[in-house]
Amino acid sequence: MGIGIRIENLRKVYDTPPPTAARGGGFSFGPSRGTGPKEKKEKKKRFEVVALDGVSLEIRAGEVFGLLGPNGAGKSTTIGILTTRTEPTAGRAFIGEFDVWKQQVEAKRLIGVVPQRPNLDFALTAREVLLFHGAYFGESTRERTRRTGELLEKFKLTDRADHMVRTFSGGMMQRLSIARAMMHDPEVLFLDEPSAGLDPQTRLLLWDLIRDYNRQGKTIVLTTHYMDEADTLCERLAIIDHGKIIASGTPRELKSSIPGGYLLRVRFDRAPQELLGQLGELPGVTEVRSADHIAADIYADRGGPLIAPIVNAAQAAGAEVRDVHIAEPSLETLFLHHTGRSLRD
Amino acid sequence: MNWKTFYALLARDGHVARRNLFMVLVQNLLQPLLFTFVFGRVLTTSGVMPVAYKSVLLPGVMAISMVVSGVQAVAMPLIAEFQFTREIEDRLLAPIENGWLAVEKVVAGMIQALVAGLVVIPFAWLMMGSGVKISFDHPLEFAAVCLLVALLSSAGGLALGCSVGQTQIGLMFSLILAPMMMFGCAYYPWAALRPFRALQIAVLANPLVYASEGLRGALAPQVQHMPGWIVMTALVAIDVGFMALGLKKFRKKAVS
Repeated sequence: MGIGIRIENLRKVYDTPPPTAARGGGFSFGPSRGTGPKEKKEKKKRFEVVALDGVSLEIRAGEVFGLLGPNGAGKSTTIGILTTRTEPTAGRAFIGEFDVWKQQVEAKRLIGVVPQRPNLDFALTAREVLLFHGAYFGESTRERTRRTGELLEKFKLTDRADHMVRTFSGGMMQRLSIARAMMHDPEVLFLDEPSAGLDPQTRLLLWDLIRDYNRQGKTIVLTTHYMDEADTLCERLAIIDHGKIIASGTPRELKSSIPGGYLLRVRFDRAPQELLGQLGELPGVTEVRSADHIAADIYADRGGPLIAPIVNAAQAAGAEVRDVHIAEPSLETLFLHHTGRSLRD
Repeated sequence: MNWKTFYALLARDGHVARRNLFMVLVQNLLQPLLFTFVFGRVLTTSGVMPVAYKSVLLPGVMAISMVVSGVQAVAMPLIAEFQFTREIEDRLLAPIENGWLAVEKVVAGMIQALVAGLVVIPFAWLMMGSGVKISFDHPLEFAAVCLLVALLSSAGGLALGCSVGQTQIGLMFSLILAPMMMFGCAYYPWAALRPFRALQIAVLANPLVYASEGLRGALAPQVQHMPGWIVMTALVAIDVGFMALGLKKFRKKAVS
């Protein structure tokens, strides 16, 4: 029997800069050091960042759920609240039946957390990190020795097991972080940007490990800004931007919600209103958007076959096509459709 | 309260402390012991200082060693772990209320302070040579003062560790610890400040004064010292204050 997650109308306003390691690289703040105490105080007062603005979600027991969004969208803050590391300004979050903020100890027993930046215990060796983690969760010496051996083997860390963690490479730390999160066999596993900075091979290994863990009936929540990761790994997704959920559902549902499915991004030397009107009447086109009268985003049910008619229409209007990009139905186009921005912008 | 987790956290700190034991002892005890040698041996033997000074100095050196060890044992790891990588989260995710992690840190710091204090006594004694007059006739008073001083240092370390950033560590030493040691009545009894009335009153704000005077009262009662009940009351009050302040700051710092 797995454990589900419920989030009700969550809101988080930071009045001091959030710690970067926990919050991701999305925010950039000027250094506050070096200012006088009085000036600092005034600065603090004015500081306010709305990281989450009324987020509600339901994550089902035993599913792989993805939070997708650009840097600074509020993904890590959501994970922070769900893992007791961040205090919500308003709203509630539940892991199973436990209110995460009011019943922290019960919630902590159910979760394993892989943070965005490894927060491993640098004073210990890899083996000790796992052994002590098991001890914190009350495992017997025999149990944690056995599990430590298994996990070190599984994550290919056995030959470095007795080296200090601070000598590890980024990839090794990431693997050890995941092993640590699995050490107490939690019902819910949170992974914040698990594949950021990993080479493609390790990434595939990671995906296998996540799927494997999910097969044991565990709930997995991960954040990512990689579309392919969300697409292949997650059963359901929520797309988050500026602290709000802008769409949610299965990857397939989300993709089919884009009008037409294909997106043609066309750049002209100029795109007068009449040309945009004509483009909208081409066969298969469902929507045309243009913010600057140079580029146009054309949503349609076909891709390549539309290029000739677009070029013809441009010529008829006395304009010239400079660049064409066809995007097949994907989460990327979905994100663009909802926010007007590319995920990597 | 989850004792298994608490004990495991304590075991972790013990493990790390044992690994660094020699280094930590040298770091915290070398300076007071050198001081002991110069003032307690060289200057007394050559006649610059009276022999009776040895008995004044020993409890003070013990107080300094305990306070420095306790403060460092708690504050330094905390400052590092609250930094950029937030290593502390490794333990904040353990199934125990956040405040208990702070309590555990304080207990671990107390143990280290007590070890430092007990190690210093025989070493200082040896260095000073003959003429040291200390007594263990009041074991209960001695034990109580030791515990209160250990708590003072580690609870102070908690409050300090949650208030100071990595870049300010140097400043912390030169601005807080150095004056504290000089005006902590460790190298002279509080009564010796009588000719400097203003200073004598000002140093009452220094927690180390009560540690030195308390240990002096317990180990070398023949030397002039503050009455025991004043020392005990002050130590308890400071302990409670530091602990409350430290817990409050820790809780605030533990979550964003």
